[in-house]
Amino acid sequence: MLIDHPLLGPRDAAEFVYKGDAALIHRPDGAAEGALEAFIDYGYLRDNPAGTHRELWFHEQGDRSWLVVTRDTVTHEISRVELARDVARREGRSK
Amino acid sequence: MRYSGFRVIKEALTGHRGWGPAWRDAAPQDAYDYVIIGGGGHGLATAYYLAKEFGQARIAVLEKGWIGGGNVGRNTTIIRSNYMLDGNEPFYEFSLKLWEGLEQDLNYNAMVSQRGILNLIHSDAQRDAFIRRGNAMILNGADAELLSTEQVMARYPFLNVNDARFPIKGGLAQHRGGTVRHDAVAWGYARAADQRGVDIIQNCEVTGFRIERGRCTGVETTRGVIDAGKVAACVAGASSRLMEKAGMRLPIESHVLQAFVSEGLKPVLPGVITFGAGHFYCSQSDKGGLVFGGDIDGYNSYAQRGNLPVVEDVCEGGMAIFPMLGRARLLRMWGGLMDMSMDGSPIIDRTHIDGLYFNGGWCYGGFKATPASGFAYAHLLATDRPHPTATAYRFDRFAKGRMIDEKGMGNQPNLH
Amino acid sequence: MTQRNRLQGGLIDRSKTISFRFDDRWMKGHPGDTLASALLANGVRLMGRSFKYHRPRGPLSAGSEEPNAIVALRTGARQEPNTRATTAELFDGLTAQSQNRWPSLAFDALSINDRLSSFFAAGFYYKTFMWPAAFWEKLYEPMIRRAAGLGALSLQPDPDSYDKGYLHCDVLIIGAGPAGLAAALTAGEAGLRVILADEDPLPGGRLNAERLEMGQQASHAWAAETTAWLAAMPNVRLMMRTTVTGAFDHGVYGALERVSDHLPVPPEGKPRQILWRIYSARAILAAGATERPIVFENNDRPGIMLAGALRAYANRWAATPAKEIAVFTNNDDGHRTASDLAAKGVTVAAVIDTRTDAPKSARYEVVAGGTVTGTSGRLGLKRIEVTDARGQSRRIDCGALGVSGGWNPNVSLTCHQRGRPEWDANIHAFVPGGTLPEGMVVAGAAEGAFSTHAALHAGARVAAAIAADLGKTPPSPDLPQAEDAPVSLTPFWHVAGTTRAWVDQQNDVTAKDIRLAHQENFTSVEHLKRYTTLGMATDQGKTSNMAGLAIMAEVAGKSIPEVGTTMFRPPYTPTAIGAFAGRSRGTEFRPVRKTPSHVWAAEQGATFVEVGMWLRAQWFARPGESHWRETVNREVLQTRNSVGICDVTTLGKIDVQGSDAAAFMNMMYCNGFAKLPVGKTRYGLMLREDGIAMDDGTAARFAEDHYVVTTTTANAVPVYRHMEFVRQCLFPDMDVQLISTTEAWAQFAVAGPNSRKLLQKIVDADHDISNEAFPFMACAEITVCGGLRARLFRISFSGEMAFEIAVPTRYGDALMRRMMAAGEEFGVVPYGTEALGVMRIEKGHAAGNELNGTITALNLGMGRMVSKKKDAIGSKLSEREGLNEEDALKLVGFKPVDAQDTVPAGAHLMTRGTPVDAAHDQGYVTSACYSPNLGHHIGIGFLKSGDARMGEVLRLVSPLTGVDHEVEVVSPHFIDPEGDRLRA
Repeated sequence: MLIDHPLLGPRDAAEFVYKGDAALIHRPDGAAEGALEAFIDYGYLRDNPAGTHRELWFHEQGDRSWLVVTRDTVTHEISRVELARDVARREGRSK
Repeated sequence: MRYSGFRVIKEALTGHRGWGPAWRDAAPQDAYDYVIIGGGGHGLATAYYLAKEFGQARIAVLEKGWIGGGNVGRNTTIIRSNYMLDGNEPFYEFSLKLWEGLEQDLNYNAMVSQRGILNLIHSDAQRDAFIRRGNAMILNGADAELLSTEQVMARYPFLNVNDARFPIKGGLAQHRGGTVRHDAVAWGYARAADQRGVDIIQNCEVTGFRIERGRCTGVETTRGVIDAGKVAACVAGASSRLMEKAGMRLPIESHVLQAFVSEGLKPVLPGVITFGAGHFYCSQSDKGGLVFGGDIDGYNSYAQRGNLPVVEDVCEGGMAIFPMLGRARLLRMWGGLMDMSMDGSPIIDRTHIDGLYFNGGWCYGGFKATPASGFAYAHLLATDRPHPTATAYRFDRFAKGRMIDEKGMGNQPNLH
Repeated sequence: MTQRNRLQGGLIDRSKTISFRFDDRWMKGHPGDTLASALLANGVRLMGRSFKYHRPRGPLSAGSEEPNAIVALRTGARQEPNTRATTAELFDGLTAQSQNRWPSLAFDALSINDRLSSFFAAGFYYKTFMWPAAFWEKLYEPMIRRAAGLGALSLQPDPDSYDKGYLHCDVLIIGAGPAGLAAALTAGEAGLRVILADEDPLPGGRLNAERLEMGQQASHAWAAETTAWLAAMPNVRLMMRTTVTGAFDHGVYGALERVSDHLPVPPEGKPRQILWRIYSARAILAAGATERPIVFENNDRPGIMLAGALRAYANRWAATPAKEIAVFTNNDDGHRTASDLAAKGVTVAAVIDTRTDAPKSARYEVVAGGTVTGTSGRLGLKRIEVTDARGQSRRIDCGALGVSGGWNPNVSLTCHQRGRPEWDANIHAFVPGGTLPEGMVVAGAAEGAFSTHAALHAGARVAAAIAADLGKTPPSPDLPQAEDAPVSLTPFWHVAGTTRAWVDQQNDVTAKDIRLAHQENFTSVEHLKRYTTLGMATDQGKTSNMAGLAIMAEVAGKSIPEVGTTMFRPPYTPTAIGAFAGRSRGTEFRPVRKTPSHVWAAEQGATFVEVGMWLRAQWFARPGESHWRETVNREVLQTRNSVGICDVTTLGKIDVQGSDAAAFMNMMYCNGFAKLPVGKTRYGLMLREDGIAMDDGTAARFAEDHYVVTTTTANAVPVYRHMEFVRQCLFPDMDVQLISTTEAWAQFAVAGPNSRKLLQKIVDADHDISNEAFPFMACAEITVCGGLRARLFRISFSGEMAFEIAVPTRYGDALMRRMMAAGEEFGVVPYGTEALGVMRIEKGHAAGNELNGTITALNLGMGRMVSKKKDAIGSKLSEREGLNEEDALKLVGFKPVDAQDTVPAGAHLMTRGTPVDAAHDQGYVTSACYSPNLGHHIGIGFLKSGDARMGEVLRLVSPLTGVDHEVEVVSPHFIDPEGDRLRA
């Protein structure tokens, strides 16, 4: 597979390390009410769709960017690649 | 019809006209006591044991394609019970014992071949971990033997010891491990289940669940609605896709695992061997093909095919320990879908929906579990209590922090 | 022996004659021959034995689809089993042996199986060999295995090397036949970067096998001229002897180039083969078509082959299996074979055409509406039985029979991403269908356009479209006039009523087997394949799947597409495992990482050990030391008594900088780091989000906004990845930057009561490292050896007064030498990983064996370190009940009750008096060693409620290694539990 890195252009997927669903960006607040339940859900349940999947890849043998790759799990077609940091910010993560 | 050597001779002399269908192609009835979704090894075994061991009747197995078309027909055929943790080892040992009597039980020769499995050791820390594991196996009633490098070399004299990057420092052997002709497992269970009245319904895909007031009363299929007393999901590889129809999210990701077979070769490998410093394991089939594999591709996939980096990684592992394999040719590669669970161990449990049961999360280890999985699932379905060897395989183990994590990789499925 | 079946003409080089050996017979051939063509020219038709029944077999084809003529090529360590004689290029001195026969190819004892074949019908083994149960492994299976397989490996390491390469192009053209050449010409002239690959050494495909005119020249001459033209284009790369084996995601193709297989041995410095990974924007599949046989009684005798192959042998290789031949066909193409062979002076005894309206010929007899209903000739065809339209049978003498059932497009690569071919009723064949691999188009015979004219124009057309799509101006290449015959075929798959008619010739699957599979309900195509082994041989069913489907369709009363479709998986042809491995074998299986003091250590005669990719000094034996433990004991004692030095560069080092560094560190570690004073180091426990210990180490604070984290050797990479995840994905606005500096700093542990004195000779005088100025857990940026920048940490893994000193990596070797010289007066010793391990076990420090991925802070006795005051990775999920059991495992120490006993790692612990089984398991030993300071073995490990069981005597069992004795539970801190030495 090839991942079109937003900064570096197309790179072989073998340069990257896969983590999983990009929902992992949304780590619950450990201090919030009901945090344990939220963490169990966050830590262990996955949508695991057959089709479009947003997922985290780390450019370990490259520039160390975490990317959010939108990929079809049936065809492996990649439709979008973004810096995870940009996605995280856009989706409300900060400090 | 009973199979026997006598029968084979008789049929040979009379033009094979007497052989009947190995199993009937049943049409779906309106209602069953048990509807098992998934005509793979586990589903067919579940149906068989439900009928035979638990005296149940009115059982259907629904298969969206052809039986045995999933992982039971796409694996590398290894059986073993060399697990370490209490939640796992008794279950896999139970499975191995069922394998040992399978053929007489089913009247079907699935070629259970206990040619032994050997895990190579390459470091002192690995030896420590393997000793712990081997002891756990023995304490659970299984067999294990720690082999010296010399003993390993006596079995596999062409292992690379001259210029190995990671030296071989012995191995952990389970002599009762081995291989089984994988397709025959599906066919054998199908035939035996069919003979006990189970309806095996091919080309029947479940499209939805009938759920009324928190109770599952049946399934919607491409061949109509089927009412059921109990509905048993058993579709590892596609568990999330199925259970989504019941509104469930699972502690599972689907990943692709590739496997490989070489051209037919005169016998060279006596048993199953695994490389401990890379991703490679191998055995040789009765037809002569080297059957080998390695790690999963590592990304979520439902594609049943993989990519070159893993092919190369596996062959590198092969050449690292067996440099004599260089001129053997890889004939075919294929991929199977793995239900990779969050701790690397399976789930056999009730769901929060009454009447709906789940069996899945087998990672890449489901084949060897086939008999025990079927037996334990049948036990759960018939009695609503988990089988004694499968009490740990619960959904709530993650919420309760009772993970069964053999590899210690945590909640990242692709690392198990 | 003369080449008695050598014809005139052909594309072989008759100016040279070369010798080769098949079994015990030396023969002659010419450059340009394949092993099969040369054998045929020499009158040899029998080349192999089938898998199950050991039937005598000759070549069926003239290409890579060959199921029968499979030999072992070369001898010794280069022996190459299962090699197709039909593609093996002849070289001088080539040797080949037939396979799967004993004692000889002509007389094979196991051909008895053929006589017994009715007992060996499809799937017979599933029904028998079950009684008595023990006999399967003792008798039946060994018997079966002895007969298994075709060829044999040499069992010697492959002496050749393999390379891997990476290529990029705009368009990859697969197949250099008419469609591929026209496509390459078009794409090349358009200025695209083109790769044209073909498995054949000679470009042209079927153009070399036919007697066709193209424009004013012969087809092979046009192919040669076009190839020369392409070779002159700088943007076109011609790759002959290169099989594109697989189509993978996103335009990545695997290809195998056989660099040296046509030579006796690879030239000096050259690989045998290269595995190419080709990254292409687009691909044109122009892989042509494969002829399919018709199934009839005893259709497998040597001499019976595909009609197109018979023609190819005659036209290209000037060889024929016999001087008198016949053709059995259902289409016009079969007649082309007859006329081409007649033109070469071969007698055409008859053309048996299943069509009643078969074309007539003046040059040979045509049996219209006829079929071949039998053959004879034990080791080679002698005559055929022909039944005409009126049902009259007669015998016709011939030494070869060309069979043509039509042609199947080579759709293999279109299936590699699980695209399914579709049935084309016009040509009665499967054509590429469904979803093709991204960027792939198909042209020519591979998409069912069988005439030369159609192939040329399809190739040019698709290449022009790609050029336009990629922003180039497509030229209109000058394509020659070529034949444009329509497909004229009446489907005919098998002669009715046959029993011993072979569908899959290598695996010996007969028409009868397929009918039996249907009778037993193995009707789905996949069941059929798996039950009968149809299509599972080394040719992946290229010549057999269609006939199998057709017979199944007939018995099931369905159409062929209703029964199913043919599917192919990579690789296109079997590919050497060595090629996939490339150079990654032997000591080069994985890279080696060496520590900065490696060269120095090697000079001292150190023994090295693999630690992940690293090689670390394990111990430094001195002359006279007879056992490694003697060495290790000395290193430990001397370190604890004076001073020792260990290279700890392999520990991961991560620089954390930024105004939010403290907040970040607080999130990463379960214990607090925000309040760590500048100039101090702290032990940190890092959890995974699931609450399990991920890694431990120390982190030093060099400034308000600057921490240096150390990780264990094994976790350097995962910890860094994890920290980047937290930084980029969870807290993207934190002002913090990370960089791994593991390789940037050489780091040494200097441990022992004299460590300070030694370092005072190294550290520049303006840095005070006295206990008062630089106490336990201090850290500082300093200079050493007269101005070299360095980092100094007062930390201890050994439990002694100790330091870790780091300098830029390139000074590591020099620093080691300088420190050893400075320490001479104290009797300084270098120590390796073994002594390091002994000392950390004596001190009760956890390491990799303890951090096994299932262990929590609580298990480590550090439960209280998990701060409840702050949110940190892993703190929440570590609250789950299963991780906080009453009787949770706790890290403890063990010492043997009898001082002579060992405490082996991996042993389990039992309460005295309970049964020894899993249900009563109390824990396990994780790390163990002989303690030279205590004079007996010790161990640490995990024990249920361990912290409350100090002093209890347990039964330690290791049935695997035959150990069963008593140990006492003690504190894991065997040495200096109060920590006085650390702080000295």
